[in-house]
Amino acid sequence: MSWTTVCSIDDILPNTGVAALIEEMQVAVFRVDDTIYALANKDPFSNANVLSRGIICSIKGTLVVASPIYKQHFSLEAGQCLEDDSVSIACYEARTEGNSVQIRIAH
Amino acid sequence: MTDKQRLLIVGNGPVGHQFIESIVESGQSDQFDITVIGEEPRPAYDRVHLTAWFETREADSLNMVKEGFYSNNNITALSNEKVTEIDRANKVATTDKGEKYAYDKLILSTGSFPFVPPVPGHDRQNCFVYRTIEDLEAITAAAKNAKVGAVVGGGLLGLEAAKAIKDLGLKTHVIEFAPRLMAVQVDEGGGALLRRKIEDLGVSVHTQKNTQQIIDGNDCIHKLQFADGAELETDILVFSAGIRPQDALARQSDLEVGERGGIVINDNCQTSDPAIYAIGECALWGGRIYGLIAPGWDMARAAADHVIGSSEKTFTGADMSTKLKLMGVDVASIGDAHASTPGAKCYTFIDEKAEVYKKIVVTEDGQHLLGAVLIGEANDYGTLLQFALNKIELPEHPESMILPALDGSAGVGLGVDALPDVAQICSCNNVSKGDLCAAVQDGAMTVGDLKACTKAATTCGGCTALVGQVLNAELTKMGVEVNTDLCEHFPYTRQEIYHLVRVGEIKSFDELLEKHGSGHGCEICKPTAASILASCWNDYILEPKHAALQDTNDRFLANMQKNGTYSVVPRMAGGEVTPDGLIAVGQVAKKYNLYTKITGGQRVDLFGATLDQLPRIWEELISAGFESGHAYGKSLRTVKSCVGSTWCRYGVQDSVGKAIDLENRYKGLRSPHKLKMAVSGCTRECAEAQSKDVGVIATEKGWNLYLCGNGGMKPRHADLFASDIDTDTMVKYIDRFLMFYVRTADRLQRTSVWMENLEGGLDYLRKVIIDDSLGICADLDAEMAHVVDTYQCEWKTTIENPEKVKQFRSFVNADKSDKEIVFIQERGQIRPATEAEKIADSDLIAVA
Repeated sequence: MSWTTVCSIDDILPNTGVAALIEEMQVAVFRVDDTIYALANKDPFSNANVLSRGIICSIKGTLVVASPIYKQHFSLEAGQCLEDDSVSIACYEARTEGNSVQIRIAH
Repeated sequence: MTDKQRLLIVGNGPVGHQFIESIVESGQSDQFDITVIGEEPRPAYDRVHLTAWFETREADSLNMVKEGFYSNNNITALSNEKVTEIDRANKVATTDKGEKYAYDKLILSTGSFPFVPPVPGHDRQNCFVYRTIEDLEAITAAAKNAKVGAVVGGGLLGLEAAKAIKDLGLKTHVIEFAPRLMAVQVDEGGGALLRRKIEDLGVSVHTQKNTQQIIDGNDCIHKLQFADGAELETDILVFSAGIRPQDALARQSDLEVGERGGIVINDNCQTSDPAIYAIGECALWGGRIYGLIAPGWDMARAAADHVIGSSEKTFTGADMSTKLKLMGVDVASIGDAHASTPGAKCYTFIDEKAEVYKKIVVTEDGQHLLGAVLIGEANDYGTLLQFALNKIELPEHPESMILPALDGSAGVGLGVDALPDVAQICSCNNVSKGDLCAAVQDGAMTVGDLKACTKAATTCGGCTALVGQVLNAELTKMGVEVNTDLCEHFPYTRQEIYHLVRVGEIKSFDELLEKHGSGHGCEICKPTAASILASCWNDYILEPKHAALQDTNDRFLANMQKNGTYSVVPRMAGGEVTPDGLIAVGQVAKKYNLYTKITGGQRVDLFGATLDQLPRIWEELISAGFESGHAYGKSLRTVKSCVGSTWCRYGVQDSVGKAIDLENRYKGLRSPHKLKMAVSGCTRECAEAQSKDVGVIATEKGWNLYLCGNGGMKPRHADLFASDIDTDTMVKYIDRFLMFYVRTADRLQRTSVWMENLEGGLDYLRKVIIDDSLGICADLDAEMAHVVDTYQCEWKTTIENPEKVKQFRSFVNADKSDKEIVFIQERGQIRPATEAEKIADSDLIAVA
C-alpha cells in the first residue's frame, strides 16, 4: 500500500497525538518535536480507541505513549508494552513530506 | 468442665481492656477462660479523648475494642452489669443481676469516681460530673436550654470540661480553690500565663474560690456563693474536683485499702489476696494513686505478665510527666516541676509577647534535669523528658535547653543517638527506642509504619516528632536513602519544583525541563508541572505549550470513561440550579442520548459523550448559562451545602449562599489533588462538611472551620481549625490554607494525608495560617488573589476559538465519530456495551 496523507504537521500540537482513519482503521499519529510515529489507536487493555489521547513520555530513553485509561506504556517505535512483554500493538511507518504527515499501512 | 484458668476482670475501662489485650498479645490466651464485666453500657473506650466526643458525637470513635476482638479470642464481655460481692473463700463473684461467676484470678479495674465536694446544693438539677459518655450526653442535653456553664475544679480534667462547655456555646467559668490553674503540675509563673491564655479564649477564671453553697439564682438556675462573699450565677455546673478510687468491692471483701482509699497492691499488682489483682486508678502502689492513663496501662501489663506466670514486667512506680493541649494551649509538666528537691535550681524563660513560659529545674551541681514546666509552646517536651528520665548530662549552659535559637541554629536539642536503647519514647504505649529501631530493622520505612507495628505515637501523639527522629537516624545508619525524586526526569520533590517554578518565574514545561530536568518528561512530571504552572500563573490550560502536559481528563476538559467516551459536568455552585437550568441540562442529555446521574457533590453528570460531541454540548450548556464544573481537574470540585437558614427551621446561617460564594471564589484553582468543600447551616451537619478538605459549619456567632477531612478510600474526619469566625476571617484562612497546601503537598496527596504528614500537625498549621509564623501569609494572600482574579471558564475560552475546537475532532482526517463506541439500553438509559454484547451485535445503540 502507498503512503496516505492524513493531515498537516501543524494539525498536531508538538508532543501530542491525533487519531486518523485510514480505510476504516484507527491509527494513533504522534508528533515528537518534528518526528512522526504511528501506532494502532486501540488500547489492548481497555479495548477503547484512545492511545492517540495519551501523554508522550520517555522512560529510560525509550519514547512511549501512556494509555489514558490504565496508564500502560507502549513504545512509539515498536508498539511494545513496557509493563507486559507479551503485549504489543501494531506499529506503522510514518513520515513527513513537506508539511504533510503520511502513514503507510502494510497489508 | 474446663481445665483452663478462669480470669474475671471487673471493670471494662481502658485499663481493664489493656489487661485483656496484654493476655491476648502474650499468645497464651487459650490457657484462660476470660470474662470481663463492665457496668457501663459499652465496652472500653478512650476517656483521655472524651472531649473529642463533643466534636464528633460518635461514641464509636472513642471505642478501644477492635471489631471481633471478643469473639475472635473467645472472651465473654458483659456490659450493664455490676459486680456487687466477692466471696474470696469460694472464689465467686456475684453481680447485681444475681449472676455468679467463679474465678481463679480476679482483676479489679474498677477505676475511680469523680469527687463531688459535699457543699449544700451539690445535688441540684443540672449538676454533673465529667467522666463517662453518659455524663457528656446529659451535659449536652442540659446545654440546649442554658446560657452559662461553670466548672468547679481548674485541674487538667476541669479545663477539658470547660472546653467542652465552651464548645457547646455557653458562657464558661472555671472555679478553682487553689491560687492557680493546674496547681499540681504547674508552678506559679506558668499558672499565671496559662490563666491569661485561657481567659483570652473567652473563659472566665476564678481562683482562690471556696464554694460554700449552691442556691437558686436570679438570672440562671444556680447561684454559687463563695467564702469570700463573691457570687456567680450559672445554669450548668460540672464538678471536676479530683478523683477517688473505686474501692468499695475491696472494702466489702476485706482487702487491704489505704487510709484515704485505694486498693493496696505489690509490684505484681496483687492485692492482699494473691488471687486478686488491682490495676489502674482503683489501685494504691507505694501509697500513691496514679490518675493518668500510662501508669494504668503499665499496671495492666505487669498484672497480665504475672498471671501468665512470667515475671518479666513489674510495676515500680511511674513517671507522672505529662504533655497535653488544653483549649488549644500547650501545657507540659515534667518530674519535679515545683523544684522541691533539696538544692534544686531553676532557669526560667518568659516571652510575654508570644505568651510562652518555660522553666527547667536542675540538680544543685547543674549536671542533670529534675523537672520542667512548659506553657504556650511545648516542642521541647520530648527532649527534656529524655534528659530527665535517662539522667543524661546537661550541656554546660542548661538554659540553652529552653532559650530560643535567635541565630537560626537548630538549638541544643538532643540527638536521638544520645539516647540509650531502653529510653522510653512513647510512654502511653511503653515503646522504647530499642523497639522502634528493631521495627525499622524489620522494614518499617515511615512514621506510619512505626505507628502500625509498635503503636508508638498512637495515643496522645506527644512523641510523634521524636519517633520521626529515631526513624530517620536509624534509616541513615542503615544507609537507606529515601528517594523523593518526582520521577526519572526531575531529581526534585513536587514542593521543590513548585519553588523552582515560582522563584524562577518559569512559565512552561519546556523551560522547566531545560533548566532543571532531563529527557522528554512522562505522565508523572508533565501533569504535575501543568498543575504547578496553573496554580502559579493560571494560564488557559490548553495553550499549545501546556496542552501536551495535561492529564487524560484535563486534556479534553472532561472525564474519560472506560470506553473512551467522556462525562460532562456543568457547575451548579452549592448544588443550586434553576428549573430552567435543569431543563436545559435535560435537553442536552436527551439530544445527545447521554446517561444522566446525580453526583455526590450535588450536581448532574452526563455520560457517554464522544470527543467530537464535547464542544457542541458545551456550546449549548454555556448558552443556557452554565460554565465548566472542573470535574475533570485536580482542582476544586464542588462546595456541597444543606439548605440553610433560608428554608430550614433549624438553620442558623445561609449555608447555600456561603457555599456559592466559596465555590465561585475557588473554582478553577489547580491543586495537587482534587478538593471538595461543604457548608452546613447548623450543627446538624447535613452537608457532611467534616468529610471534606474544607468544611464550614454555621454557629450562632459565625462559622466553625474544619480542615483536611476526606471520604473516599481512607476516610478522615476534618480537624476543627477555628471556631466562631466571621466570613472575612474564614475566607482569609481558607485562602492561605489552600495556597499553603498547593505549595507544599506531594503530587496526588490529599489534604488529609498532607496533614497526617505535616510535622507539628494542626498546631503548626494554625501558626502558619493564623499567626503567620513563617512570614508567608502576604504572599499566600497575593497568590490566591491572582488565581481568583484570572479565573476563566475553560470551556467558554475553548468554544470561542475554532483552532481549539479542532483539537476535539475524533479523527484528524474524517468528520466522523468512533463507530466502535456502542451502547446498550438499561433502566431507560444507555450504558457501554460489553465485549460479549458487541460480538452478539443485537440491540446495540450507536452514538447519537
